[in-house]
Amino acid sequence: MEKNEITASDQAAEASETPKKKAPAPKPKKDPRDHLYKPKGRPLTMSSSPYSQTKDNVPKIMWCVSLALTPAVIGAVIFFGLKAVYMISISILAAMATEWIITRIRRKPNTLDDGSAFLTGLLLALTLPPTFPVSGCVLGSVFAIALGKQIFGGLGCNIFNPALLGRAFLQASFPVKMTTWVLPRYADMNAYTGSVSPDAITGATPLGLLKYEKIFTDLKPLFIGNVGGSLGETSALAILAGGIFLLILRHADWRIPVGFLGSVAIFGGIFWMVDPATYPSPLFHLLSGGLLLGAFFMATDMVTSPITIKGTWIYSIGAGLILVIIRLFGGLPEGVMYSILLMNGLTPLINRLTRPKFFGEARA
Amino acid sequence: MKLRTFKKGIHLEEYKEFSCDKKIEQMPLPKQVYIPLQQHIGAPCEPLVKKGDTVKTGQVIGRSSAYVSAPVHASITGVVKAVDKFFHPLGMRVEMVHIERTGDEDDWELLSIPENWEKAPRVELIKLINDAGIVGMGGAAFPTHVKLNPPTDKKIDSFILNGVECEPYLTSDHRLMVEHTDQILAGMNIIMSILNVENGYIGIENNKPDAIEMMSKRVKELGYSFLVVPLEVKYPQGAEKMLIESVLRRRVPAGGLPMDVGVVVNNVATAKAVADAVLEGKSLVERVTTVTGDGIVNPKNLLTRIGTPFNDLVEFCGGAKDETTMVFMGGPMMGQAQYDLSVPVIKATGGIVCNTSKMITMVKHFPCIHCGACVDACPMYLLPTQLAKLTEHKKYEEAEKLGIQNCIECGSCAFSCPAHIPLVQWLRVGKMRVSELKHKQKAS
Repeated sequence: MEKNEITASDQAAEASETPKKKAPAPKPKKDPRDHLYKPKGRPLTMSSSPYSQTKDNVPKIMWCVSLALTPAVIGAVIFFGLKAVYMISISILAAMATEWIITRIRRKPNTLDDGSAFLTGLLLALTLPPTFPVSGCVLGSVFAIALGKQIFGGLGCNIFNPALLGRAFLQASFPVKMTTWVLPRYADMNAYTGSVSPDAITGATPLGLLKYEKIFTDLKPLFIGNVGGSLGETSALAILAGGIFLLILRHADWRIPVGFLGSVAIFGGIFWMVDPATYPSPLFHLLSGGLLLGAFFMATDMVTSPITIKGTWIYSIGAGLILVIIRLFGGLPEGVMYSILLMNGLTPLINRLTRPKFFGEARA
Repeated sequence: MKLRTFKKGIHLEEYKEFSCDKKIEQMPLPKQVYIPLQQHIGAPCEPLVKKGDTVKTGQVIGRSSAYVSAPVHASITGVVKAVDKFFHPLGMRVEMVHIERTGDEDDWELLSIPENWEKAPRVELIKLINDAGIVGMGGAAFPTHVKLNPPTDKKIDSFILNGVECEPYLTSDHRLMVEHTDQILAGMNIIMSILNVENGYIGIENNKPDAIEMMSKRVKELGYSFLVVPLEVKYPQGAEKMLIESVLRRRVPAGGLPMDVGVVVNNVATAKAVADAVLEGKSLVERVTTVTGDGIVNPKNLLTRIGTPFNDLVEFCGGAKDETTMVFMGGPMMGQAQYDLSVPVIKATGGIVCNTSKMITMVKHFPCIHCGACVDACPMYLLPTQLAKLTEHKKYEEAEKLGIQNCIECGSCAFSCPAHIPLVQWLRVGKMRVSELKHKQKAS
């Protein structure tokens, strides 16, 4: 204790002297730090191990997901023209502006560079019908960022997928506009079987046609995307390309699309085998509506999906089951949004209940 | 052939090429050494010498009467200059014996060894190993004689020699296995006969083919029945519990010890130290240390005396480059950053790594996005992100329920976190607080 005091007072004395001349006289007490190794006069960096870190980081993940959506965006522009460009860019801008304003109000550092606001805006736009007014996109984006994400505390704290929450808000507020569809520019009228009236087709998605008109749509246009639907969800091809890119980069957990699509195929397939005339085939389930977009880009949102492996399976299979129930027996033709939001809400509980046994733990 | 391994864990850049082909070099005797009186887990030693005493190499200078402890020995012949507190590489000031070398002689004070160790009673051998001050040299520095003397109700049936060396950069165990194969095997044989076990395994990661080949060859030639087990290159393969799972498919129960599943694990350097002690009467006064990293001019594997200041080793390797920004003892995953290179080599110093800013980068933290990378990495099946959050919010009791005390602090979680959250660092804090809390509960 005494020693420390002396050293401290020495330092104080040293500091009070102006460093004009260096005292050559030997000090009475040697400062234990005199011989510290200082390359170029800098002290060594101290920190707690590990001193090695993965090259991944959060912005990289977010921007990679956005990059993986490029094929879907291109598809949207091909099928729905310039309107798609307006909607997507306005959504993104509105989302980023909201994020910036709220971080300013909360006196938090700017978080635009982490790419999450960009991604939310982009995803929201891709889930909207092509006839939706641009002002509605702004509203949806503001809601998604402000009440879907920032109100919980920003990135990582939200319970529900912000883009889907924004869409749910728009669905509740503008139910008619959210279900008014147009056919894409290169629509193939021969793709529809059953009692076809052109009016019905221009006004509905393949799932809507099935639900209300009992019209089945061919699988090929569903796969390519020249059918009615939201901006980014019609083309299975484009979404699969981006989704597989994400899985290869491991920025999305492969269990979620596998569990989600697999359970839809199995549960949908059971009904199809019971009565193929009434119920659509599993392939139709997979390719129609927003399922692929949801399974690859919405449900895989890391923030709102479980962290445990068992939990991830429960989450994805549960979402698939809810989706099939909504599609076949619910009032709405499509249920991807609600199935994912429901499972998002269950995620904290799933995490809690599926804690893995720790190494060597004996649990009854 | 599919290599044996454990589940989860991470894959790291190895950076072993700096020193993996460099032969072990004998360091010249240091001018002075600082020998910490605590280098191991357990009770610290009481100094047996005072200022002005002359000591011989291998002379006991500190001893404790506690069972879980190991004596320390003078590592050079000289005069005790001081018994005082100096900086320890683990970051605190610890009582050390400062010895200055007199002249060039290196007088050894050897232990009295049995003429034929095979006939010597087991107790005598264990006492000899204790007197030689041998501790686990892989990093944890647990006194070896305690491991070799398990309670009688634990039936030990297997012994695993740990030659995994899963930390990046370090190559001291690798070189030992290639160059001192016979001593290591002799040490293993001694340990196994003390434990009275039949099954001996040598676990080596598959990135050391020359060591695997050398060990297998000598095992065959010397007629031992040990099995060399090549293991997948994965971190933390060398952690005791992971190694036991990899080699024997047995899981040490949570909160238990390897002896609970009938296994004892020792490091290759420890086995060599045992052979040196039992066959030659040498106490543990020197060890092989890797001096490496991209900040070192000539990375080397050095046979150095315990207590040699880091500075001497670094200078012997051509010095550190000007761009060096960080020096740590041990590997980058579980090592200890140093701020002062006057600290001495201790029994657990497997390496000194000097890195430039190219290898060590400052990172920005992001909020946790629940990606689950840490959960996928944790070899103990914990949820590091939740435990870190609970610690951050001081909910230690809940953290304990979620198994924070099982954390082996391997650092896999913090490595794999894309948000660069200091997970293992939080877990260390949490573990400390939880055990403090337990102590308090016990006291009241």
